[in-house]
Amino acid sequence: MSIWENLGLVYALLGAAVAVFLAGAGSAIGVGIAGQAAAGVVTEDPSKFAKVLVIQLLPGTQGIYGLLVGFLTLSKIGLLGGGAADLTPQTGLLILAACLPVGIVGLISGKSQGQAAAASIGIVAKKPEQFGKAMLFPAMVETYAILALLISILAVTAIPV
Amino acid sequence: MSEKYTYAVARIRALEVSLFSNAVIDQLIACQSYEQCLQFLAERGWGDTDTSADGEKMLKREEEKIWQTVRELSIDKKKFEVLSYQKLFHNLKAAVKAACVKEVPRDIFYEDTEVSGQEMLDIIREKDFGRLPAGMSQAAQQACDALLHAGDGQLCDIIIDRAALDAIYKAGMESEDEIIRDYARSVVAVADIKIAVRAQKTAKSIEFMKQAMAECGSISVDQLAKAALSGPEAIRDYLLGTEYAGGAEALSESMSAFERWCDNRIIQTISPQKYKAFTIGPVVAYVLARQNEIKTVRIVLSGKRSELPEGAIRERVREMYV
Repeated sequence: MSIWENLGLVYALLGAAVAVFLAGAGSAIGVGIAGQAAAGVVTEDPSKFAKVLVIQLLPGTQGIYGLLVGFLTLSKIGLLGGGAADLTPQTGLLILAACLPVGIVGLISGKSQGQAAAASIGIVAKKPEQFGKAMLFPAMVETYAILALLISILAVTAIPV
Repeated sequence: MSEKYTYAVARIRALEVSLFSNAVIDQLIACQSYEQCLQFLAERGWGDTDTSADGEKMLKREEEKIWQTVRELSIDKKKFEVLSYQKLFHNLKAAVKAACVKEVPRDIFYEDTEVSGQEMLDIIREKDFGRLPAGMSQAAQQACDALLHAGDGQLCDIIIDRAALDAIYKAGMESEDEIIRDYARSVVAVADIKIAVRAQKTAKSIEFMKQAMAECGSISVDQLAKAALSGPEAIRDYLLGTEYAGGAEALSESMSAFERWCDNRIIQTISPQKYKAFTIGPVVAYVLARQNEIKTVRIVLSGKRSELPEGAIRERVREMYV
């Protein structure tokens, strides 16, 4: 099986990889940043572990969104069912383009949400009773990851294979 | 945006909870006696089990705890060097004066400095000024000459104090951290204003003032010295046109209010750090806030030991960071 004969499939797989890789990397960076802040607070006050853990996990959702789009793409091109679809390079490129929003926005929003989460962990460190408000600031960043997810899902499902 | 200090800042945020607020200082002042104050501090985790009966030991232990925390945060201690310059130059001043007497008085040196007091004394006695940090050797030589040959203690003090201000400003401006630059600018400007106010009260010459004041971006030494020559109103008028207008208001109130403003100005400079999450600023601000806290507690303890009335102690305490 030559790569050049299956260029459409290669592009589509690249799309799934971009969605999973970029969004996953964004989440890893974000959770890492928030984790450093969480560790700083728990070093001084272990009783705040549960609260800071919840905030630390907020940037983890981008990775899940990327995974979802990746699964959807694999299912679309028939790789999960056992028989790969015969895709033209144009269709493959369309699928790659459809995967880009969740990948790119996932990367950027994951890191930004991690930074917002780290700052919010500072709120919990000083005023634990403001946990609800502290959660909202990083959660706002989530909006844009969801919008990108929505567009990627709509685009991937709308492409005729 | 760098995430290098994320862990450190979050840990500092957790530590800020135990910093004394103005309300806690009020409670401390309200204690009936010196012993009750010590008990109050011990209950809030100050000192160790063996320091609870001795105020000075307790405060010394608290100072050690600050640097212990900084070490645990694994931040390069060089970043905090500028904060120790005042102590370092104090040691130089003490060493120059101690070198003139046979028996060195006890407890005149700060211990936690780049060059220890004893080492400084040896350097001055051997006149081996080259062993001193850059920026200190020339001042040390000039101060020794002024004291030993001219017998002018005031000139000796001025030379060292001016060198300290120059060193702080230079280190501040060379720093890549905004908080260090702001701190250095504030310390030097406030010191210049203090010199101008005191020089005006003691009718010093413009040459004296210019020798004592250090150049800094936010204050014109020339204009401030000329204003000090003209009188207190001229100093106030000049300050009103600068970012230190609060000093002019404090001056019109009383000298005690002015001295309080001088100390509070540093706390005001570091206050914005309460809202930063990714810079070294909150860590530096915490160190300064802790030092201010220890200084305030020392004022309260001294007042209680001397049985001063609450009002007199309250007048002397400074604004807290939190």
